[in-house]
Amino acid sequence: MPPTTPAPCLTLSQVRYAVGSARSASGVKEILSGVDVTARRGEVTVIIGPNGAGKTTTLACAQGLIRPSAGTVQLLGHNPYGAGAALRARVGVMLQDGGLPQSVRPRALLQHVARLHESPWPLEDLVERLDMADFLTTSIRRLSGGQKQRVALAAALIGRPEVVFLDEPTAGLDPQSRHLVVDLIADLKELGLGIILTTHLLEEAQKQADSVFILKDGVVVRHGTVAELTTGERNGHLPARRLVFASPRILTAEELSAAPLPVELDGDAANKAGAHWAVYGITSPEDLTRLSRWWEQIDVMPAEVSFEARTLEDVFWEVSTP
Amino acid sequence: MTSISPSRPAPALRRVLAHGLYETANVLRNGEQLLVSLILPLLVLIGLHRVHTVTDVVPGIDVVVPGVLALAVMASAFTGQGIATGFERQYGALAYLATTPLGPGGLILGKACAVLCVVVIQILALGAAGLALGWSPHASGLIWLAVVVVLGAAAFTALGLLIAGTVRAEATLAVTNVAWVLMGAAGGTVLPLNHEGTGALLLLLPSAALGEGMRAAGEGNLAVIPCLVLAGWSVLAVLAARRWFQWRS
Repeated sequence: MPPTTPAPCLTLSQVRYAVGSARSASGVKEILSGVDVTARRGEVTVIIGPNGAGKTTTLACAQGLIRPSAGTVQLLGHNPYGAGAALRARVGVMLQDGGLPQSVRPRALLQHVARLHESPWPLEDLVERLDMADFLTTSIRRLSGGQKQRVALAAALIGRPEVVFLDEPTAGLDPQSRHLVVDLIADLKELGLGIILTTHLLEEAQKQADSVFILKDGVVVRHGTVAELTTGERNGHLPARRLVFASPRILTAEELSAAPLPVELDGDAANKAGAHWAVYGITSPEDLTRLSRWWEQIDVMPAEVSFEARTLEDVFWEVSTP
Repeated sequence: MTSISPSRPAPALRRVLAHGLYETANVLRNGEQLLVSLILPLLVLIGLHRVHTVTDVVPGIDVVVPGVLALAVMASAFTGQGIATGFERQYGALAYLATTPLGPGGLILGKACAVLCVVVIQILALGAAGLALGWSPHASGLIWLAVVVVLGAAAFTALGLLIAGTVRAEATLAVTNVAWVLMGAAGGTVLPLNHEGTGALLLLLPSAALGEGMRAAGEGNLAVIPCLVLAGWSVLAVLAARRWFQWRS
């Protein structure tokens, strides 16, 4: 029997969100301009994008914290905006920057949130999983950034949600704590939770994500599985791999336009001596011959040449650079 | 690892009471807030009583105690809750709690419960101090005192939340503190206003209505018009909060 696709736990269709007023001097500013996102149970859905792309606003619409100006949101089959306690009990939320009261101790906060649920996750189990025993009775104000992140994650999970939103769950964590959180997310996925997270750590996202949505300027510009995104067509080519070379000098626009294949600066490098350039679309030995001939024509002997698998970070750079 | 079974919210009443207790514990643990809620009204009470013993500029203890109780209600419902909510909003804690089964409605009801708990403690402490200083309230007025306290707490909690949910936390801190001092000193809370001329207009202030209602209750009467004024301020503040309150700053 073929594997069945898990049921969606979250659907955003053409969601728009604007702030301001036509009557004010600054006018109306559209933060989301028609966002489509689908997340499924038992999967990790990652939303990435440059700062200001609308990731946190997308999550706020999905969580029911703000009402979209247009479009529809379905969270576990219900509109989350103004939803009752029955739906909120099934959803866990970890906000960016924690969303924690500063004067409270983690134990008091977690016990309080547990009391809002009929059958919460045993506190001691969560404390052990997230290694929080040492700071459970210290005021949240006095905790380090990483410790606060773990408390916020525990607060999102204590109600045993079916869907959990994690806004930058590993931001500010040391490698050991990050490992704990990544393992926990993997376990939650095994348990069948729908996990929707945002992150700036693209290497981590590449390992965890079942599907990725890349936001830019309030719209989803790419989406798919990591494999689909990193092997998908680019400028008519199939860039499963890319060739990276270091140029000993600046390359001119004329030289670049004469290249037989698309050549772009690698990542955020600047066009200078020693800069790394990425060549996309190499699929045959003939492509390598043509590339070698181009180097000969422009009199460039690359300092380094390497083949690299295309990563999520490459895709991110492609869509986020103007 | 615990297996996942369908999660259900605790019953609504249990959620609200749990949040009320949680908020009350936070207020009582917070020294600065306790200072505004209890210590400052106590100092005002003792100070005015001392002044009265040497001059007739301020009225006697039977007028001052209800006024100080009104000042204390404003301190916990308006200043205390306003500032606490403003900073919770700044830190995102308000938005987080709104996503839990508590929800926005439960959050506000829980805060109202906490205000009433703190107000009960204030009335017991300040009332005991007043009795020690010679306050002799009418026993029949205690029920009216409770009515006015609930209406006053509702109006000032709604006003405090309105400010906390619309401006920055630092601005909430400044606005509620300054407003509390002005209303306490000249807004008809502690000392009665002139009922003629401009003073009559000031009786429409929630602070004056609360002070008038408390003083009437101390004499064993229910002041209907001040109660209606407080109810009106509650409705206005709730409507405004529904329109402009933002869970996140």
